[in-house]
Amino acid sequence: MSEPILELRGVCAGYGNIQALREVSLKVLPGEIVTIIGANGAGKSTTLMTICNIVRATAGEVLYQGRPITGLSADRLPAMGLCQVPEGRRIFPRLTVQENLEMGAFLRKDAARKAFDLDKVFNLFPVLKERRKQPGGTLSGGEQQMLAVGRALMTRPRLLLLDEPSLGLAPLIVAQIFSIIRTINQEDDVTVLLVEQNANLALQTASRGYVLETGSVVLEDSSANLLANPDIRKAYLGE
Amino acid sequence: MEYFIQQLINGITLGGVYALVALGYTMVYGIIQLINFAHGEFFAAGGYMGVILISWLAAQGVPPTICLVLSLGLTMGYCALLATAVEQVAYRPLRQSSRLSVLLSALGMSIFLQNGLMLTQGVYDRAYPTEITRGGLHFGMVTFSYMQILIVAVTAILLVGLNALVFRTRIGKAMRATAQDKTMSALVGINSGRIISLTFAVGAGLAAAAGIMVGLYYGSVRYDMGFVPGIKAFAAAVLGGIGNITGAMLGGFIIGMVEIMAAGYISSEYKDVFAFIILIAVLYFMPTGIMGENVDDTRV
Ligand SMILES: Nc1ncnc2c1ncn2[C@@H]1O[C@H](COP(=O)(O)OP(=O)(O)OP(=O)(O)O)[C@@H](O)[C@H]1O
Ligand SMILES: [Mg+2]
Repeated sequence: MSEPILELRGVCAGYGNIQALREVSLKVLPGEIVTIIGANGAGKSTTLMTICNIVRATAGEVLYQGRPITGLSADRLPAMGLCQVPEGRRIFPRLTVQENLEMGAFLRKDAARKAFDLDKVFNLFPVLKERRKQPGGTLSGGEQQMLAVGRALMTRPRLLLLDEPSLGLAPLIVAQIFSIIRTINQEDDVTVLLVEQNANLALQTASRGYVLETGSVVLEDSSANLLANPDIRKAYLGE
Repeated sequence: MEYFIQQLINGITLGGVYALVALGYTMVYGIIQLINFAHGEFFAAGGYMGVILISWLAAQGVPPTICLVLSLGLTMGYCALLATAVEQVAYRPLRQSSRLSVLLSALGMSIFLQNGLMLTQGVYDRAYPTEITRGGLHFGMVTFSYMQILIVAVTAILLVGLNALVFRTRIGKAMRATAQDKTMSALVGINSGRIISLTFAVGAGLAAAAGIMVGLYYGSVRYDMGFVPGIKAFAAAVLGGIGNITGAMLGGFIIGMVEIMAAGYISSEYKDVFAFIILIAVLYFMPTGIMGENVDDTRV
């Protein structure tokens, strides 16, 4: 078995007195799509923010490509191929669409490949090309999600953390975005850790899943097994 | 009529100076939501470093033009470094603290810098060597002094340069990204600490240039020269919509023009009052300023 690209070992984190994560451990192998599902407030976003050290881990360890990155400043990670599309997309509202994409490539010096990647993002999301001179804040929710994914792709990630890419989007747009997630996973070899409330969709996309409840991992299994699990079907799939 | 044109020229000259200083307030506010009360001190520090360098270089027999350009560049660099140091010492350790703490730290820094200048340079006015820019162009009764031409030209270059920096370059875009969302900019690899330092440096550099030009224009500098122009430039930044680059430039020219017109047509005794009347009126009637939240494109 190959070495995990990402591993969390007993990670605890919180906000002030609130403990949001209790000894979370998980692994993501290169090339996988892995999902974290859980209810509102379970700690999914906190997990991703702790991986990027926006939220400090109070205990435990985060390993990326075998190296501990706990405590490494968040802005060092994109250069190492670790990038997050955070919850709520966080488009820079007063930068244009193109400038938002350029910010994704902020640290990169390879002008030719940057231009190539920009073209690629425009091919994946033609609407962004049409809107490239428009401020990011004026895009629709779906377009902003596309821009957020495109911006992350501009960092040339090896591991992409996605926080609820389906949030607030029409089914058609959701399907489009998830198909692109699969494409970049298969064709560009980008490993994906996907946080979703839409458990059904997430488990159909991912090969494995972790179930998070009030800050703890309560279950981990293959997506097929999780989809077949009656408890999961009742709690997260609305049956 | 000729009097009016003369006042117009004077207003543009003074307005440019306020615009340069106002930019520092607005940029720092845009990026860390701090009213940097110490900002006027960079203007004063620039005025002093300018006179020191210009006198020294002139005494070495350096030709006037080179002397001016060199002094301007070195002084801007000096104040940029000074501002970076101030930021490291007085503001960075308070990044997670309440806004009030940072504001108080800024006030303290202002007093510290002003007293530092007083202790090292003395309490008396220091004269600028103005002979290097004596004379001017005359059109009937209207005079466009070489000094004014210099100030307007340098101001124009700096304003255009700053616009290009902020809106065209990669670093400028990173500044705006950092101002808009620090977490997200970290997630794409932008080191916000460095960007914040740079913002302070650029703002102080512009204020320093303004300090030199005011020294040359009025012929002297004083350790407390940063205070009143600092507040007027702050009024300009608020008038333009604090956080808005174009607004700060516009606000600077409006305040400069109003001040000169008021001095010329109403009473020069009261010229300082008008900036404050504008400040209060803007805060009362139009708190977001003329280029405030509704005009998004030019906010940092
Ligand atoms: N900035 C914050 N300050 C204080 N508490 C927070 C903060 N962010 C999250 N929390 C708390 O931490 C817990 C986990 O929140 P988190 O955002 O990680 O949940 P989530 O699983 O992503 O939920 P959702 O599905 O609603 O996005 C919650 O109890 C939440 O109230
Ligand atoms: Mg969340």
